[in-house]
Amino acid sequence: MSAAKNINITLKIWRQKNAKAKGQIETYKLNNVSTASSFLEMLDQLNEQLINEKKEPVAFDHDCREGICGMCSLYINGRAHGPDTGTTTCQLHMRKFNDGDTIYIEPWRSKAFPVVKDLVVDRSAFDRIQQAGGFVSVNTSGRTIDANAIPVPKHDADRAFEAAACIGCGACVATCKNGSAMLFVGAKVSQYALLPQGKVEATQRVLNMVRQMDEEGFGNCTNTGACEVECPKGISLENIARMNREYLKASLK
Amino acid sequence: MKLDSKIPEGPIAEKWTNHKNHLKLVAPNNRPKIDVIVVGTGLAGASAAASLGEMGYNVKAFCFQDSPRRAHSIAAQGGINAAKNYQNDGDSTYRLFYDTIKGGDYRAREANVHRLAEVSANIIDQCVAQGVPFAREYGGMLDNRSFGGTQVQRTFYAAGQTGQQLLLGAYSALSRQIGLGRVQMFNRHEMLDLVKVDGKARGIIARNLITGELERHSAHAVIIASGGYGNVYFLSTNAMGSNVTAAWKVHKRGALFANPCFVQIHPTCIPVHGVNQSKLTLMSESLRNSGRIWVPKKKEDAEAIRAGKLKPTQLKEEDRDYFLERRYPAFGNLVPRDVASRAAKERCDEGFGIEANDTNEGVYLDFSTEIQNKGRQAAYAQGNHNPSAEEVTKLGKKWLEEKYGNLFAMYEKITDENPYETPMKIYPAVHYTMGGVWVDYNLQSTIPGCFVAGEANFSDHGANRLGASALMQGLADGYFVLPYTVSNYLADEIRTGKIPTDSPEFVEAENSVKEAINKFIGNNGTKSVDHFHKRLGLIMWNKVGMARNEKGLKEAIAEIAALKDEFYKDVYVPGSADELNPELEKALRVADFMDLGQLMAMDALQRNESCGGHFREEYQDAEGETLRDDDNFAFVSAWEYMGYDISQENLHKEELKYEFIKIAARNYK
Repeated sequence: MSAAKNINITLKIWRQKNAKAKGQIETYKLNNVSTASSFLEMLDQLNEQLINEKKEPVAFDHDCREGICGMCSLYINGRAHGPDTGTTTCQLHMRKFNDGDTIYIEPWRSKAFPVVKDLVVDRSAFDRIQQAGGFVSVNTSGRTIDANAIPVPKHDADRAFEAAACIGCGACVATCKNGSAMLFVGAKVSQYALLPQGKVEATQRVLNMVRQMDEEGFGNCTNTGACEVECPKGISLENIARMNREYLKASLK
Repeated sequence: MKLDSKIPEGPIAEKWTNHKNHLKLVAPNNRPKIDVIVVGTGLAGASAAASLGEMGYNVKAFCFQDSPRRAHSIAAQGGINAAKNYQNDGDSTYRLFYDTIKGGDYRAREANVHRLAEVSANIIDQCVAQGVPFAREYGGMLDNRSFGGTQVQRTFYAAGQTGQQLLLGAYSALSRQIGLGRVQMFNRHEMLDLVKVDGKARGIIARNLITGELERHSAHAVIIASGGYGNVYFLSTNAMGSNVTAAWKVHKRGALFANPCFVQIHPTCIPVHGVNQSKLTLMSESLRNSGRIWVPKKKEDAEAIRAGKLKPTQLKEEDRDYFLERRYPAFGNLVPRDVASRAAKERCDEGFGIEANDTNEGVYLDFSTEIQNKGRQAAYAQGNHNPSAEEVTKLGKKWLEEKYGNLFAMYEKITDENPYETPMKIYPAVHYTMGGVWVDYNLQSTIPGCFVAGEANFSDHGANRLGASALMQGLADGYFVLPYTVSNYLADEIRTGKIPTDSPEFVEAENSVKEAINKFIGNNGTKSVDHFHKRLGLIMWNKVGMARNEKGLKEAIAEIAALKDEFYKDVYVPGSADELNPELEKALRVADFMDLGQLMAMDALQRNESCGGHFREEYQDAEGETLRDDDNFAFVSAWEYMGYDISQENLHKEELKYEFIKIAARNYK
């Protein structure tokens, strides 16, 4: 391990009082940041400094800090979740930065993700897409068939799992020049399309989820592939292709 | 107060079935007249809200995160237990029941645990039907692995992301009900009080975290599924927002709080890196299927490693002390968590720790043996019966990546070391809390109409939870217990009608919340909330942590009481009450952690025995194993709130009776 050291940095951070207020970039100096700290621990340190100066700390979303809950976001130096690939902001570490660096931090920017405050945005559009069809309609009963009654080929189960690994952070939307949510929706549609349990409702599911996606104001996909590059969980573009096939099939029925 | 656990009569295997058959029902046409509140959307909350919504009740669900899918169940890694016996290795409902009682060091209720084991198989069926992509074998059947404290393979998993997949399954069921209008979802809302009318739970006061507005929500029953309280230690594997507030408010309104001192310290977490550390990261217990835990046999080697002069890979086999395999040959690296944690602490206290931080606290989790074993197997499976060393290593690493890839990647991000090449460094950290709100067999607290589920209750894990059993319990409570027991309670509410929110009780509760908020906002203190939370955490870790003694606990009780006074006088909360204000949210949560921390120390002090995760240094045998005192402490401690001064809380006892399992010393040797 490269031994941890302390660095001094300059932060340029988007501050916005609330959804209606006009925002602006503010500049902060922060010294003695350990390179072993995570990016969010660096922001904690900044907030501690601001609180001690009786200034208002920076609001940002975060929770598990293990890269799995999908609550953290942030556009860092022009990239969703920062300079590291395959990483959420909470798993980005300060060893990726150098002494004297200036770091720009902005919220997700997308029409469908309005800013709530500072770096916090509203991603409830994702929930509404899920509510439109992202499920198998099975009630709780304890009387479904035995879990091993329907064998699922390992290859399909693995592909379904890879699609289901999406954490719903919204980096795909934030990084897309069109603000498209196709990778997010494609991953959910794919998970069910690849499993026998999902086949029964396949037609309605893809039509309903895509309709809701359009209503939320997400843009269209133009196959740029930025979403796949920035996705912290490595969700593949194949999922978009699979959703398009499912959509076409459903539309022709 | 007489505690009635309401355990049904009859043979253990028939209790739940008989009980269910005699519970009262609410007819489908009456269910839409009844409102139910669910606080928390983890496995227990989301599954309860979805199931009750499906039945036809009007459900309101609350979470503090921006979406119900973020609840911390999502971070559970290794798996979920179920007595399916798919691996034909002798598993059964009884075996899971027995392992759980023994794993909990004979401090859990038999009847609750047997029910948990009974419904475990249904959980897997339900989740597969929902499209949860569990790991499968090449024949298309579900795969299993082993977890600590068992000698069978009953753990179902999805790589190192089982909690994520199960939570997203429950979230999909919940989303379906939200879409159908049967569940109303309140994201970014925090419950700040319980409202009682005529002694019954009738609603909550919730704060809209975006606008700061206080809202009154009424219901005929309230379910608390708000998770555990590990964050009382500041550093834990819990999410940053995980808190005890909903459970604690219920306690303050009259619900007893049970076994607060039973805390699980998980053996395999990434060691602390420095003073600005905000949380600790778990490395799944499933890794102990493949990894071997060791420290150097010689102190000089440990010193050389800490000084950076020696690499662990350079140490010869005979110079390594695989201390779990040495002390517990029958279970080896898969002893229960409390046992593994104490053994690691013992080695580090003796000077064999390998981490180069202030405390030298760290041991190795080494995968090199498994790489060789699995690599050779994989080569044979490909028809290569004479593989080269490079081929074996390559195939072995590939096998590891498939099983644990996300965990290895996470480890490398955090530590900048490659665990495929050099052993992981790990050390115990606070992970789970077995204690929680006291509930009877129906999961109802001592407040009628207030039910508590998942980690927030105390009921199933005794003094130590086995790995892969938290997911099982959360979903068991939400899918398969509450729908029956809550309906039984609601059967008497069909004539009640809508509960008004303008009653004096709602006004009083809202005013008390308002007062608490205004006190923080107007407080002209000098120190941040985190400042106090970190100090509380240090007291807890040092004196109410892995090893406890009378002197330390007495000090902790006094120190926490003093810290609480100082906190209220000197905390500074910036911003206002009518906006998104994370510092205010934290202040309200830390206030409850202060109370709870003191109660945990009191509970640990009264329990003059060692059991499970509760290790009192005064009570150990010559080999350092726990010494339980079944004559005097085979009870659940249940505390009653008596006001601001926590030292005044009253202790009630629920005696634990073992009718079906013979109580014995826990032995993993």
